[in-house]
Amino acid sequence: MTELAGWGRYPRHPSEMLYPASPDDIPRLMASQSGLVARGNGRAYGDAAIGESVTLSALGLDRIRAFDPTGRIRVEAGTKLSDLLDVVVPRGFFPPVVPGTKFVTVGGMIASDVHGKNHHRDGGFGDHVESLTLALPDGGTVTCSRNENPELLSATIGGMGLTGTILDATFRLRRIETGWMRQETTVAPDLDSAIHALESTSGATYSVAWIDCLARGASLGRSLIFAAEHATRQDVDALRADAESFPSTKLGRLSVPFDLPSFTLNRLSVSAFNELYFRAGAMKAGYPFLVHWDPYFFPLDGLGNWNRIYGRRGFLQYQCVIPREHAAPVLRGILKHVSKHGNASFLAVLKQLGPSHGHLSFPLEGFTLALDLPVSDHVFPLLDELDRSVIESGGRLYLAKDSRQSPATFEAGYPGLSRFRDVRKTIGAVGKISSRLSIRLGI
Amino acid sequence: MTAQKTLLLIGGTSDIGRATALCYAQAGWNVQLAARNEAEARRNADDIAARTAALITTHQFDILESGTFENFVSALPQLPDTVICVVGLLGDQARAQSDLSHASLVMRTNFEGPALLLGLLAEKFIQRGSGTIVGVSSVAGDRGRSSNYIYGAAKAGFSAFLSGLRNRLAPKGLRVITVKPGFVRTQMTAGMKLPPVLTAMPGEVGQAIFTAAEKKGGDVIYVRRIWRPVMMVIRSIPEQIFKKLRL
Repeated sequence: MTELAGWGRYPRHPSEMLYPASPDDIPRLMASQSGLVARGNGRAYGDAAIGESVTLSALGLDRIRAFDPTGRIRVEAGTKLSDLLDVVVPRGFFPPVVPGTKFVTVGGMIASDVHGKNHHRDGGFGDHVESLTLALPDGGTVTCSRNENPELLSATIGGMGLTGTILDATFRLRRIETGWMRQETTVAPDLDSAIHALESTSGATYSVAWIDCLARGASLGRSLIFAAEHATRQDVDALRADAESFPSTKLGRLSVPFDLPSFTLNRLSVSAFNELYFRAGAMKAGYPFLVHWDPYFFPLDGLGNWNRIYGRRGFLQYQCVIPREHAAPVLRGILKHVSKHGNASFLAVLKQLGPSHGHLSFPLEGFTLALDLPVSDHVFPLLDELDRSVIESGGRLYLAKDSRQSPATFEAGYPGLSRFRDVRKTIGAVGKISSRLSIRLGI
Repeated sequence: MTAQKTLLLIGGTSDIGRATALCYAQAGWNVQLAARNEAEARRNADDIAARTAALITTHQFDILESGTFENFVSALPQLPDTVICVVGLLGDQARAQSDLSHASLVMRTNFEGPALLLGLLAEKFIQRGSGTIVGVSSVAGDRGRSSNYIYGAAKAGFSAFLSGLRNRLAPKGLRVITVKPGFVRTQMTAGMKLPPVLTAMPGEVGQAIFTAAEKKGGDVIYVRRIWRPVMMVIRSIPEQIFKKLRL
């Protein structure tokens, strides 16, 4: 038995970890074990990748099986995005969708149907999966694609590993001319202008807003909006003519070596951090500049083990999506609430989302807000209150980040749940494939 | 441009084999991956081919079937420039103490098979007048210890074989390299608690082999240098004291 936790380090549960070395080992394990779920690199924040009794590590399944010159790639499910990027970027390709960290596996990206800063234009990662191989609870394996087992595919995309173990996936990469991003920063003095700015930059491939969630009163929701495109060689010539097309990834990284005491994060220190961050960003506003793809997409990956800054008790990430028509008032309410209770948050990210296609996929047309909150006794009732306004507006919470929502909140937010349960029944997954998340939410 | 070189890697499904083959492929070599389970070797071949421009072939091969070695070597698409044998089986010491067939399996996998195959290739290399031979042995072969002496004895035999072969081939200008990786984070050691300072990643082993065999040279290499003084101390403890230690 190992004590397992997600990236938020809360909650922790014992589970037996198994490390299959090959996809061929998995069907046998699926057939012989019960109460199991697959785990990628453990970057889901809560309890999604903790098996009720057994947890199958996919990290031994890390082979790239085919990569053709047109950009179609087939990889095993435990292949890390970071590894994939190292291979494909120098050859002029980029994954169609990337989440906020590159330390995830492809299987995890599918199971969470991760979204990127381009969801409003390109959909979620699951939308780009041409086919995948799934190991079923009975020990069989099937191929899922738009034509073959499409219902099982829709349940598996965003299905949190609860339909089986993904063994491999085939998807198409996008072409890039350089490894640079051409970024433009806009300053939004309050929430309404942030939402407006995201809408008016929806022509950009990538856009995201960083909110200073300690700003109050008239400047509640003041933000920096980062819009970006993959830079063409022409962009690079115009902005930094001497730059290499595919700059290398720097290896030297900072890391947080131990848990910081929780008092490090108080209103003063976070406030100071946010002020600095905001000013530094605002100075760059108004004109385009080049950024390396790595810090643009994965700014926090530069600080290894950053989850430790929240101390030993761990932290929660609260990520909700609010339908477009209710977004401004509901998000304002949430920000007010969080700012009033002084819960520190380094990260407050606002993004625009489009529709999604998995039965349990998170995105819907609207705006998503993500906040980090250290675990404390009073954070849970606070979030329960926020849940009510999210559900009333027709929104929902992201399962990959969740560790505490109630079954009622979950059911209200996910109308695709009954179809998902039907699929689970059909393939015999009920009681067989179960994670701490599926037990907590009654999936 | 120099002609493309070819590596024959015996043990193509192991983590060290995969990492070593990748190092060679990244340096522009073509690779012949030989393994008992060819489908598993195919996974590594596909992966290396996707990451590099190298030509990778897979070959079915069983280190315990010495009767097939001659055919195996003559059926290779070409005689390799370098051969690396990373085959190894740790086995279960307690079981090997009473189960003769298990002990025999450990001895044959770690000594008999690798020695016979590399000996055969050495003859071919001598005929051709060129070739490099790399055998992955173990620090466990430096001195027998109660916790793994059957594995250790087989590795000691293999180290002695490589030493003798090196002695014979050196005047002819052919190289033989003995590699002692120390602890390595692999499937073989999955779940074991290993001291981080003494434990290498498979990629480090691959890089160390490539550097020793193709660039800097070296006869007997310890992947993490700290192992050399550690083993020197272990070898120098008088037997009277050593036999009483719990190792």
